Amino acid sequence: MTTTEPPIEPPAAQASTRRAWLREHSELGVCVMLLALGAVVLTDALTMDVALTQRGPVGPRTVPVAVGTGLLVVAVLLAVDVLRGGRGEAEGGEDIDLSEPADWRTVLLLAGVFLATAVLIEPVGFPVAGALLFWGAAYALGSRAFHRDPLIAAGLSLVTYAVFNNLLGVPLPGGPLMGVL
Amino acid sequence: MNAFSSLMDGFGTALTPINLLWAAVGVLLGTAIGVLPGIGPAMAVALLLPVTYGLEPTGAFIMFAGIYYGAMFGGSTTSILLNTPGESAAVVAAIEGNPMAKSGRGAQALAAAAIGHFAGGMIGTVLLVALAPKVADLAVDIGAPDYFAIMVLAFIAVTSVLGSSRIRGLASLLIGLTLGLVGLDQMTGQQRLTFGSLQLADGIDVVIVAVGLFAIGEALWVAAHLRRTSGHAIPVGRPWLGKKDVKRTWKSWLRGPLIGFPFGAIPAGGAEIPTFLSYATEKRLSKHKDEWGKGAIEGVAGPESASSASAAGTLVSMLTLGLPTTAVAAVMLAAFQQYGIQPGPLLFERESELVWGLIASLFVGMVLLLALNLPLAPVWAKLLRIPRPYLYAGILFFAAVGAYAVGGEALDLVILLVIGLIGFGMRRYGLPVLPAVIGVILGPNAEQQLRRALQISDGSVSGLVDTPFSVSVYAVVALIVLWPLLRKLAGGLLKSRRNVTE
Repeated sequence: MTTTEPPIEPPAAQASTRRAWLREHSELGVCVMLLALGAVVLTDALTMDVALTQRGPVGPRTVPVAVGTGLLVVAVLLAVDVLRGGRGEAEGGEDIDLSEPADWRTVLLLAGVFLATAVLIEPVGFPVAGALLFWGAAYALGSRAFHRDPLIAAGLSLVTYAVFNNLLGVPLPGGPLMGVL
Repeated sequence: MNAFSSLMDGFGTALTPINLLWAAVGVLLGTAIGVLPGIGPAMAVALLLPVTYGLEPTGAFIMFAGIYYGAMFGGSTTSILLNTPGESAAVVAAIEGNPMAKSGRGAQALAAAAIGHFAGGMIGTVLLVALAPKVADLAVDIGAPDYFAIMVLAFIAVTSVLGSSRIRGLASLLIGLTLGLVGLDQMTGQQRLTFGSLQLADGIDVVIVAVGLFAIGEALWVAAHLRRTSGHAIPVGRPWLGKKDVKRTWKSWLRGPLIGFPFGAIPAGGAEIPTFLSYATEKRLSKHKDEWGKGAIEGVAGPESASSASAAGTLVSMLTLGLPTTAVAAVMLAAFQQYGIQPGPLLFERESELVWGLIASLFVGMVLLLALNLPLAPVWAKLLRIPRPYLYAGILFFAAVGAYAVGGEALDLVILLVIGLIGFGMRRYGLPVLPAVIGVILGPNAEQQLRRALQISDGSVSGLVDTPFSVSVYAVVALIVLWPLLRKLAGGLLKSRRNVTE
């Protein structure tokens, strides 16, 4: 029932050496992120209002300063490691095929569906937003059973709502639909 | 009160109908999750953390323990029938188990694994009963400096022992510690990394971090690399063992736990190393050396028994010291924190009913697992055929439920997605996820213990090392940190000595 589309491949990257080098060293992006994170943590710690009375010799600043400094140091060390040819090994798994290039379209679609759920959950309620999340995610992942997917999504969402809201006592927003039913 | 009578009381707790039900739900869920590709026990427990909002602690932990053992049980099924291990601990089961299944001995392989898990779990849990109260007694008067030392040990062990790269482990730990800093400082109420947001002032809930890193990160990562042609599972009947097989395997079942249990209890030991060690041991001791690689049943029995026993070992350090040695233990620790319970030496005094109920339920769960799984194996094997879009859509769905249930905030879903994207990036660039989770869970606690210890010593750093306990823990830390250097030195020494003798 599930049909899969062959992922649309972008035309092969231009063989410019600069881009190839960047692609090869894309892990440097991790270093940049770590540097940025370290800078944020340090700035936050150093601009902290010290007028507050601190209890004990170690105030609320010390640990953030240590963590921020650690992030900066690790970013530099990782950059050195990457430039020397060290590579982080991408994680394998039973449903993972690392021989194919990453399928960004699916990832972006999933992230979009997830964000839409975050926006919708309060106005339309969990049963509807949850069903849309499941259906949307299954669609993004390649399921095209248009008569079956929405039914499964709706069923799963309603049952989950009932279990959490009524059995476990964890409140979820019902939305207008639950008001009608 | 001695351990035995406490355990009997524990059985009184575990055998009440409602707790029996939670144990059964736990082992069934756990096995299903273990069999399902793509979901490990850590993700399973993380996804189920939200039930802690509606359940009383004893029932919740009985269920979590069932999931932990059940997932180990189920993981080997995937290995044997599909040759693609679901959990890292089940890698070894594929080496001998899959050839066995291919040559029509799948039923025997499953039976050897199932009974191996039963034996390993039973022996491991008996050792847990015998050891845990002793460890708790020894550790009962440890103070802030000692707790801090234990947490440093957990940080260092998890970053240096796991994974291939220390620097990447350290990066992951620091990311986790940063996430743990967000919110109000516990001692002064100072806002940290909140950027003025009221919601962030509450801190980022551990549930959201665990679900984001384990579930969302994993689902997105798989989505980017989804295998379009899924493997073919070998059909199998009801597991059983002939007399000849039992004769060959009973010693392996008994040897496995001796290797697995200690490794489970030490930081970052986990189940991977002991399963490989057990495999190597069984291979060396086997009388059927020609069968290895082609389906030697001892190679399934020993490692599976070791992996179950390591789960029991993990619980020793988690319950008595509050030291999580595996990802599952880390998430369970987060669950304890949700209930405001601090695992540690005092747990056996303060929450005696909970702990002993939990331990007794391990025995109950093991029996349930064996009773359910031998007849149900063909049903479990069918789970391998679930369409992948449904599987990963379901993971995203339940992750969203869990994150929303934490506080009823739509913003939490956005934070969850952001953390999931971080988890995605970490998988892409080989940053292990576990150090980050340990950092979030233990980080705030470690900071508090550090500051408490320094308060007592009035700011003098010597206050961190003024107990024999903390000194010995730091010695172990130093050993782990210096290990690569020591090994090089030892190698050099051996070499030069060899040169001299020659």
